[in-house]
Amino acid sequence: MIKNNKYLILRRFVQLTTLFLFFAGANFGLGILKGNLSTANVFGKFHLSDPYAVLQMAFTGYFPTIEIIIGAVIVLVFYSLLGGRIFCSWVCPLNIITDFASYLRKKFKIKTLLKSGIVSRKIRYYVLVLGLILSFITGVAAFELVNPISILFRGVIFGTTFSFTAVFIIFLFDLLIIEHGWCGHVCPVGAVYSATGKFRLLKIYHTSENCTLCMKCKHVCPEVQVLGIIGKKTGKINSSECTDCARCIDVCDDDALKFKLK
Amino acid sequence: MSEEDKTENSNATSRKDALKTMFMGAGYLALGGMVWGGYVNDVKAEEFVLRPPGAIKESEFVKACIKCGLCVEACPYDTLKLSTPKDNKVTGTPYFEARETPCYMCTDIPCVPVCPTEALNQKSLFALADDNTKKMDVNKSKMGLAVVNKESCIAFWGVQCDACYRACPLLDEAITIEYDKNERTGKHAFLKPVVNAEICTGCGICEHACVTEIPAIKVLPLSIATGKVGEHYIKGWDKNDEKRLEGIVVDTETDDDNSGAIDYLNDSDDLFND
Amino acid sequence: MSLSRRDFIKSSAVATVAAAVGMSLPKSLKAAPKKAEGEWRWDKSVCRFCGTGCGIMVATKNDRIVAVKGDPAAPVNRGLNCIKGYFNAKIMYGEDRLKTPLMRVDAMGNFSKNGKFKPVSWKKAFDEMEKQIKRSLKELGPTGIGIFGSGQYTVQEGYAAIKLMKAGFRSNNIDPNARHCMASAVAGFIQTFGIDEPSGCYDDIELTDTVITWGSNMAEMHPILWSRVTDRKLNNPDKVKIINLTTFTNRTSDLADTEIVFRPQTDLAIWNYLAREIVYNYPEAIDWDFVKKHTVFATGVVDTGYGMRTPEHPNFTDKERETVKQEVSKKLSKAEGVSLAYLGYKEGDTLEMKNRASAGKHWQISFEDFKKALAPYTLDYVAEVAKGNPDESIEEFKNKLKELAKLYVEKQRKVVSFWTMGMNQHTRGTWVNEQAYMVHFLLGKQAKPGSGAFSLTGQPSACGTAREVGTFAHRLPADMVVKNPKHRATAEKIWMLPEGTINPKVGSHVMKIHRDVEDGKIKFIWVQVNNPYQNTASASHWIKSARKQDNFIVVSDGYPGISAKVADLVLPSAMIYEKWGAYGNAERRTQHWKQQVTPVGDAMPDIWQIVELSKRFKIREVWGEQNIPGLDAPLPDVTNKVADLGYNPNSTLYDVLFANKRAKSFSWPDPIGSGFQNTEVEGDKRTVLGADNKEWKGYGFFIQKYLWEEYRMFGEGHGHDYADFDTYHKVRGLKWPVVDGKETQWRFNSKYDPYAKKAGTGDFAFYGKALKAIPEGDLKGPKSKDKIPLPNKAKIFFRPFMDAPEIPDKTYPFWLSTGRVLEHWHSGTMTMRVPELYRAVPEALCYMHPKDAESKGIKQGDLVWVESRRGKVKAHVDTRGRNRPPRGLVYVPWFDEKVFINKVCLDATCPISKQTDFKKSAVNVYKV
Repeated sequence: MIKNNKYLILRRFVQLTTLFLFFAGANFGLGILKGNLSTANVFGKFHLSDPYAVLQMAFTGYFPTIEIIIGAVIVLVFYSLLGGRIFCSWVCPLNIITDFASYLRKKFKIKTLLKSGIVSRKIRYYVLVLGLILSFITGVAAFELVNPISILFRGVIFGTTFSFTAVFIIFLFDLLIIEHGWCGHVCPVGAVYSATGKFRLLKIYHTSENCTLCMKCKHVCPEVQVLGIIGKKTGKINSSECTDCARCIDVCDDDALKFKLK
Repeated sequence: MSEEDKTENSNATSRKDALKTMFMGAGYLALGGMVWGGYVNDVKAEEFVLRPPGAIKESEFVKACIKCGLCVEACPYDTLKLSTPKDNKVTGTPYFEARETPCYMCTDIPCVPVCPTEALNQKSLFALADDNTKKMDVNKSKMGLAVVNKESCIAFWGVQCDACYRACPLLDEAITIEYDKNERTGKHAFLKPVVNAEICTGCGICEHACVTEIPAIKVLPLSIATGKVGEHYIKGWDKNDEKRLEGIVVDTETDDDNSGAIDYLNDSDDLFND
Repeated sequence: MSLSRRDFIKSSAVATVAAAVGMSLPKSLKAAPKKAEGEWRWDKSVCRFCGTGCGIMVATKNDRIVAVKGDPAAPVNRGLNCIKGYFNAKIMYGEDRLKTPLMRVDAMGNFSKNGKFKPVSWKKAFDEMEKQIKRSLKELGPTGIGIFGSGQYTVQEGYAAIKLMKAGFRSNNIDPNARHCMASAVAGFIQTFGIDEPSGCYDDIELTDTVITWGSNMAEMHPILWSRVTDRKLNNPDKVKIINLTTFTNRTSDLADTEIVFRPQTDLAIWNYLAREIVYNYPEAIDWDFVKKHTVFATGVVDTGYGMRTPEHPNFTDKERETVKQEVSKKLSKAEGVSLAYLGYKEGDTLEMKNRASAGKHWQISFEDFKKALAPYTLDYVAEVAKGNPDESIEEFKNKLKELAKLYVEKQRKVVSFWTMGMNQHTRGTWVNEQAYMVHFLLGKQAKPGSGAFSLTGQPSACGTAREVGTFAHRLPADMVVKNPKHRATAEKIWMLPEGTINPKVGSHVMKIHRDVEDGKIKFIWVQVNNPYQNTASASHWIKSARKQDNFIVVSDGYPGISAKVADLVLPSAMIYEKWGAYGNAERRTQHWKQQVTPVGDAMPDIWQIVELSKRFKIREVWGEQNIPGLDAPLPDVTNKVADLGYNPNSTLYDVLFANKRAKSFSWPDPIGSGFQNTEVEGDKRTVLGADNKEWKGYGFFIQKYLWEEYRMFGEGHGHDYADFDTYHKVRGLKWPVVDGKETQWRFNSKYDPYAKKAGTGDFAFYGKALKAIPEGDLKGPKSKDKIPLPNKAKIFFRPFMDAPEIPDKTYPFWLSTGRVLEHWHSGTMTMRVPELYRAVPEALCYMHPKDAESKGIKQGDLVWVESRRGKVKAHVDTRGRNRPPRGLVYVPWFDEKVFINKVCLDATCPISKQTDFKKSAVNVYKV
């Protein structure tokens, strides 16, 4: 049981710890992480910022402060080098919600309105660009107004219950409208890390020889298009849309999948 | 049909399809953009919002605020809140409701220095301290302006209230008392609270303290509470008023077009109709 | 992870909010339909709060108070109110109104000192009270029981209470919270005039040219009077001057032309400076005609202690003893070395307090002696002693003193000196009151329209009930005292008691009742319309002894406060508009009102509670021989004399005191009560189960009218005349003495006061009879024991400057002054339950000078400890608030039970008046 969920447990631990550190920063005076994922103050020393939020700010015509720019660069470089969308599966709290929707969908065999396959995975890049254009036109960081990730975060940290409505919408969207709809198709934050994650160091490595073609990995993968090489050839999953969630590693009983640091 | 034809045909189809997909994509994008942008504009248009001390101009503030909530965490009185989508304010930005919890005007203004984006700007609060250094002074903040509704203010009825006056952290400066005889009783006086706009910081402690059912003194955002006189008229009795002209770009070109007068003169039909 | 300052403020802010949540708006008011006024019944009444005595009109609908308005016909306020008055309609319907008797009981439902409060029937409550009183009487005699009475009693309640105590239980241990409030004013009046209460009236405000406030923040404490002062100033801003003498800047300074900030206690020196200026530098200002004809000069002893217990008391801590030892002897300070030089003392000498038990002793002196005694109070000396703001230059302060003197002496200028707690709550409170009259008498500016020294009252009926009825340990109605055999005889006659019933030994005053409880000398206490466990200094002693020792504390109240918390039995009382009553304000104006609504729950009026208790005691149980500590002979057995009065030893106190023939002659229904209910007299719609567990049906006779009519017999013909009961229900109050249906504006002035005219001593007659025979002597003492009568004369006292018993030092570097805020009334039991007032001022703050705060590393809003030798409390600091103390002084209001400042205050009193000095103790302030 634990063996098949090792990475899942580890990811949840990382996600919840992050959330808790922010929560404790706001409510118990703990000084490790204060703020939220939009911008965090670390140990009261420096800031980490969401690159997309900072980019939107720049598009509104407000020149971000140096500390914010540095914060965004650190974050971008860190994720790009380490694992690209590793943010999505290891840090982003919304992932817990969408994973849960996915779990329920599979468990109760719920048919979504639209199949993942027929909806373009490229929408997120359009949303990304559109967010910037709208920020430019309206003078407000457009995506940040509706960003469910930060809404959820603020909801947890500051106890604003209404925030959970937004999250519930995403949950229902993923459960009933499009499978893997939010993270796999719409979210521009993930799109930023996809776009910059090409040369990440941490990738999933597939050993074709061990593969029994059970296809459990494809069954659990939220970005199934990245698993093109399964059973076909040995090598790394290169697509930067892979979130390094390692569900495939967890479920593989044949030792055909593992992490590999370049 | 030959193989080539088929290929050509399918090429043509795929080209057509691609074009169609592109147009459709653009359509979706436009649709989404308009709905999304419409919401953004709607929310942004909400002017009735009180920001923390040192907040830059509202139109700039909504650009600059990164919604990290560090100011909210710094506030010792739980005055500041981050707006949620239902508040119809730019989501995630800090604000306060004076009647609920006003800004208690901490002398060290903890909410401002923590702002990473200068949406809350320390410099805007700088004042010369006793030791001649520039320090933040909370009394410089301009979160809004208190406005008294004389009809519902019981001090204007003659009731000895002035709860707002005594609650004001700039007591006898931001709110002063105007004394007036009560001719009806013949032996009492009105003690009426008067807000001095130059000094009022908009902290809202007065609104919080007001004892009427709906407060008779309310803090409004400066953009709503204040008017503005055009630059074409300057107080002749006040040398300082000329400062309003500084940095103003005035159009000094005269239009050569004379058509306005000619059109007016030639349009005389109505004049002679009985 | 350490808890930072912000986290602390944050969590305490949350606690505050949580407390606020419990205080929701009275539902019925919120839901009140907006219907035409015509459906409401409007009737005249009076504001529940301060001593100003504003008239209000109360609207009722469906047996609920739904609105109030200022009474436009009321002369005091002409339809206006302050914000407390504005909320009169909301004070009775707070969520936690006491609705049923509550007693500490064990699992079996029997009384247990350590039990939890549980609802009990009225019968059970009275059963236990009866048992406990009988136990205390048996063990300790009449002095073993006590009542904490009130200046907020209605007149009839106070009268019923003293009648039960003094006539029924033969105990003089009844003393009101007015002891904390007006006792020094009373002692000042009695020693100076021989009769209590002000000579002038509020009309002085419209007639005067000068208002000088001495330790009186009228702007917050008497807002309606202050608006009259403001109007007077507006009428003639150049001529009318207002000077505020205070120990810290307050809202009264706003309107003042000059603010004089003096060091606490040095008002004594400033008054003497004024007298010295008059006598030495402006002798032409002395109204010799007035002085010679109507006054004599006098002085008294100074080695009187400070009303504290002596240091050997076992319950004192060593810290407390540091201050308490001053009670026995003190080393004279530099300033005292000068001020007491006339007695042969110099700086550093030890003053043995030999006259602690005879602090009021005084004798006549010559003008030459008087003049000689004033000699040291030069401008230089007084300025140095009295300058209260270290940041003000001595020259500036001197100029202000000179300006003050000029205003007083200006020949044609009318001057009113107002004071309240600053001069009354003072370890030399009686002295400083007398000094005010000293200056006004010298100038002939007393008892004249527009001129006079005028003591303002704090409570709504401190004058009307506490003082006039005499709910004090030493008093009887109409300024009579238990010590005086003639007075006792008069009272016994009016009360139809056997001769010798009334106990001649003065009872325990408020501080002494608390101390007696701690010493086990009193084991039964009844608290009425009072919150003595919050409002008394050195509170830790009293709350501990109430809870931890073998005694029984009963608290009657509308709402639960600190006193109820420490009680053993809590009785739900009807509040002001739920009963018939009368109050008397600071200008001697008596105002009556009718019961407007049925009390809530099972709450019952205090009169009913008192009278029901009287039914439990038979004459033979209380009127036998009684031992009184301190009396040579025991109180005589008078049971054998009751037959002559038509009773037998098995008659109850109810039969004798409250349901006698006279009482029953006041029948109900009475035309004056037509359309109004009367819970005591006829019961009410609730059918409360009474003290006998039977449905309460009423006494059947008009008990409130009876109590009033009997009470006014005491004053009739003695300068305390009132109108009859019915008249007061037709007018907006009358200022006593009411002679031939006419009220009196200026007493002692033959033009206005028929008693003064009757005396035939010219324009004035100070006809008060008390302490009007004193020996002659010089500054050092009386020369003989012969007492010389001084009919119709007032006394001009010389009183020296003396320091307070506790002054700031290195360990406790700040003066602490306490007091009120406009928004809240006393201990806040009513006003803190009005959500709007609660929100306006949710907590008591520690007002402090910003530089003092900075020097202690304290920021605006920080939570600090305010600590004295007696205890400490937490409060948030305000350095920019309504009160702006000079460096070296902090001010903390006492309304907030969460900031229990009386744990910090010192219970030193004026040794003559026994009034506590809540304005001076030494504290340290430091960050939590």
